[in-house]
Amino acid sequence: MRLLLALSLALLLTGCASSGTWGWYVINPATDTGWTNIKFLISGMGNTILISVIAAAISIVLGLLVALPGQSKKKGWRIVNRVYVELVRSIPLLPMLFWVFYGLPIVFKSMGLNIPIDPFWGAIITLAVSDSAFTAEIYRSGIQSIARGQSEAAQTIGLSYAQTMRYVILPQAIRRILPPLANQFIYIVKMSAFASVIGMQELTRRANELVVTEYRPLEIYSLLIVEYLVLVLVISAGVRWLERKMGSDERV
Amino acid sequence: MRGAAIEIVDVNKWFGDFQALRDINLSIATGEKVVICGPSGSGKSTVVRCINRLEEHQSGTISFNGVELTNDPASVASIQGDIGMVFQQFNLFPHLTVIENLMLGPMKARGLSREEAVNRAKQYLERVRIPDQANKKPAHLSGGQQQRVAIARSLCMEPKVLLFDEPTSALDPEMIAEVLDVMEELAREGMTMIVVTHEMGFARKVADKMVFMDNGEIVEQAAPEDFFERPKTQRCQKFLSQILHH
Ligand SMILES: Nc1ncnc2c1ncn2[C@@H]1O[C@H](COP(=O)(O)OP(=O)(O)O)[C@@H](O)[C@H]1O
Ligand SMILES: [Mg+2]
Repeated sequence: MRLLLALSLALLLTGCASSGTWGWYVINPATDTGWTNIKFLISGMGNTILISVIAAAISIVLGLLVALPGQSKKKGWRIVNRVYVELVRSIPLLPMLFWVFYGLPIVFKSMGLNIPIDPFWGAIITLAVSDSAFTAEIYRSGIQSIARGQSEAAQTIGLSYAQTMRYVILPQAIRRILPPLANQFIYIVKMSAFASVIGMQELTRRANELVVTEYRPLEIYSLLIVEYLVLVLVISAGVRWLERKMGSDERV
Repeated sequence: MRGAAIEIVDVNKWFGDFQALRDINLSIATGEKVVICGPSGSGKSTVVRCINRLEEHQSGTISFNGVELTNDPASVASIQGDIGMVFQQFNLFPHLTVIENLMLGPMKARGLSREEAVNRAKQYLERVRIPDQANKKPAHLSGGQQQRVAIARSLCMEPKVLLFDEPTSALDPEMIAEVLDVMEELAREGMTMIVVTHEMGFARKVADKMVFMDNGEIVEQAAPEDFFERPKTQRCQKFLSQILHH
């Protein structure tokens, strides 16, 4: 990670040196235009984080709802789980985004519902659904990592399926589930860039808009990449902290 | 004559193509202690697990206090808690303390208040002679202590029948006695017990009925005196001589 950061910095600096191709001024914080541009670019950060966080929160709940039928004794429920996971995993994000943003309102209208979908919720729904298939698989492996004897013991003291999950399985599975879930958040952050194509004012959209007015794609997209890099590095640091914490709990 | 607590009639069970139980017939009266023995893979665990619905049987009937057990969730829920089970591997909940392990069933399945559950848990920890370990995690206890906690956890549901599936097989030899002592005490107090074990000393002391299984069948069923002194089949004789001279 640190190496990556150094590399990208080096890239930037060599760019600066050969100032023939590198127009430092567009993003030079010392000049007024540069600083205004940087502020404009970074102002997308709030939305990128916001849609990622909301999508992740929905995905965490949705993923669990998808994972539980996969643990059922009834074959029908397991099939529901498999179909959902396989289907959602196979759809590329961009077509799904178009379908949700342009197609879903038509479906709603044909059902007599008038639910407009704005870029904000269009992006969140798509990211959440797309991610939920992965989240569901994370839950599945976490739940399956808990020995069968645990749920059998819970059954013999009269706990229902829901109580067994709530009090016995999930509390034990959670330490194996949390780190990969947090890792999955990185996926959402990166995929949230697609929201720019339906007009969501996030990091990538801001960069695109500035490129149109400044004609400086190299500098602006370089800065964009650095923005994502910083965001992702911060999250990974958080994930590693979480992994250490979970790991050390396990040894007690 | 007290009525049968558990009545197993003509039960067959398959795992895929493999027949694990063949025409099992067994009747256990209230207060009776039945010890099941037999070579590994003979179907002892499967019988016990069919009784408390951890496994489904495919033909025949199993009834508990006159009510036939089916695989419908309501039937399953109605017996669990009433038919307690002690596993070879203890299966305590590692993320909970000892007393929390004991309180979970009474609070969530029986609707006791926290205070009632604490009192009941303490009472049964007393019974299995580890009142001082209440706030430890199971991993900090010895195997013998863990198994006694597992017994106490079952007792907290105040079950009508207790099933034991090789409760001392995973224990170091020096810990076996402390678990068997607790089980003997339960037997003296009149608990209905079905115990899968190879501890023949324990069987002689507490069993009202001995059951020998081989190959998915009940080969012999007899009172302990007859069973140990006059085994009828060769298979049973061979098994007993192996196990008693071990
Ligand atoms: N879940 C299962 N799936 C397939 N076969 C099983 C399963 N459980 C048990 N068996 C088989 O059924 C037979 C009886 O097993 P079990 O009742 O555990 O024997 P015991 O407890 O007497 O050692 C064994 O041959 C075992 O391999
Ligand atoms: Mg067994």
